[in-house]
Amino acid sequence: MEIPKSFLGYKRENGRAGTRNHVIILPVDDISNACAEAVANNIKGTIALPHSYGRLQFGADLELHFRTMIGTGCNPNVAAVIVIGIEPKWTKKIVDGIAKTGKPVEGFHIERTGDIGTTMKASKKAQEFVMWASEKQREECPLSDLWISVKCGESDTTSGLAANPTVGNLMDKLEPLGVHLCFGETSELTGAEQVCATRGATKEASEKFMKTWSSYNDFILKEATDDLSESQPTAGNIAGGLTTIEEKAFGNFQKIGNCKFIDVLEPAEEPTKGKGLYFMDTSSAAAECVTLQAAAGFNIHLFPTGQGNIVGNPIEPVVKLTANPLTVKGMGEHIDCDVSKILSREMNLSEAGDELIKTTLRVANGRLTCAEALGHREFVMTKLYRSA
Amino acid sequence: MATDIIIHDKKDNVGVVVIEKITPKQDCACWIMEDDSSTNIQSIDEIPLGHKIAMVDLKEGDTILKYGHDIGKVVKSIKKGEHVHVHNVKTKKW
Repeated sequence: MEIPKSFLGYKRENGRAGTRNHVIILPVDDISNACAEAVANNIKGTIALPHSYGRLQFGADLELHFRTMIGTGCNPNVAAVIVIGIEPKWTKKIVDGIAKTGKPVEGFHIERTGDIGTTMKASKKAQEFVMWASEKQREECPLSDLWISVKCGESDTTSGLAANPTVGNLMDKLEPLGVHLCFGETSELTGAEQVCATRGATKEASEKFMKTWSSYNDFILKEATDDLSESQPTAGNIAGGLTTIEEKAFGNFQKIGNCKFIDVLEPAEEPTKGKGLYFMDTSSAAAECVTLQAAAGFNIHLFPTGQGNIVGNPIEPVVKLTANPLTVKGMGEHIDCDVSKILSREMNLSEAGDELIKTTLRVANGRLTCAEALGHREFVMTKLYRSA
Repeated sequence: MATDIIIHDKKDNVGVVVIEKITPKQDCACWIMEDDSSTNIQSIDEIPLGHKIAMVDLKEGDTILKYGHDIGKVVKSIKKGEHVHVHNVKTKKW
């Protein structure tokens, strides 16, 4: 198949391109969710991103909070941002971070004004932003403007046999065309970590990966009460035939095809070494991982599933694929790309990779994903440790 | 030809059932992805889609190979054609 050289995206002030054109209402902290949701309810076409944290965090955990908030606002799928927090200082810090992209952003704090007054002020600005954004048109953008993140979930053996290798086939075909790619899931590479380390493009990248994985594994060994059974693999994984974390890890690892990763990113860290594949240190929980990848600037997500994970994200469209015919039959409304014919050998891996490229481009051009149509907007912050 | 079981790598001692289920004493057609070769096996157990079948006799302490790599250890002996899962295989991690 000849791969199209461009897609229709929204060009942003900083040179990036979006596959979506969202105006978001971003609460800084848990207690500002109500106000943010009130604004999104008032002003049609905006979306609130409620979450559970943002108070009394400190150190690396607080840095991650800010990085996730600012990164979410900076994502090119977002046209404009209203930031609402309880206090002025942290609200301003997030507004200033997002403003560096050149996109419209304005902050409001609730102290001394209350929810109702803040909702009124923020709603007026949100209306202005959404009407401005509604005039933005999709334009032809080079394929290299796609930043594709991947993560698998509710995996079973069909994931490792077919759905994950399909993503790997897409990576092998799109990497030479200059796209950014990102995989994560530190915990779910356990058992395949030595093999994964050999896929670093440089000695530094390989060493950084091993350091990241070891640090995670030390934490697990310290906190684990037994052998993590029922958590890794999950009950769903086991029902699907996955027996051990090692088996899950080698299946997971199929997603990167034959690509080599050029750098290892902190959670929600924006890549700065140009095109190519990156590994990000993330949780293996679906919503947390996608939220971190979106905050790093990735604008379309590929999500292979076996037993049928249904996750979505408010700003980064999540494209689902599966090779499990029972999942297609039982919950087809969640599946954007069906590659189950690989198992019956009516489709080979390269054909499946082409199908996924076609689906990815249709979604990049504006077709809603199943998760978007079904209203999945899971926005889940990663918290590193207890608050002060 | 219809395939009942797919094996990732020639070195693997397990295969994955890719039809809705296989039944006891079924003669199954297996496809080895790595070199596009074929083999056969007769099942002992009923095994559902996505679950593994032992391609050889395995004894306690043996290593299960899939993708050509170590994915765990045998904790209860397994006969060729039997179901391989959490009842007879455990992780070597954690």
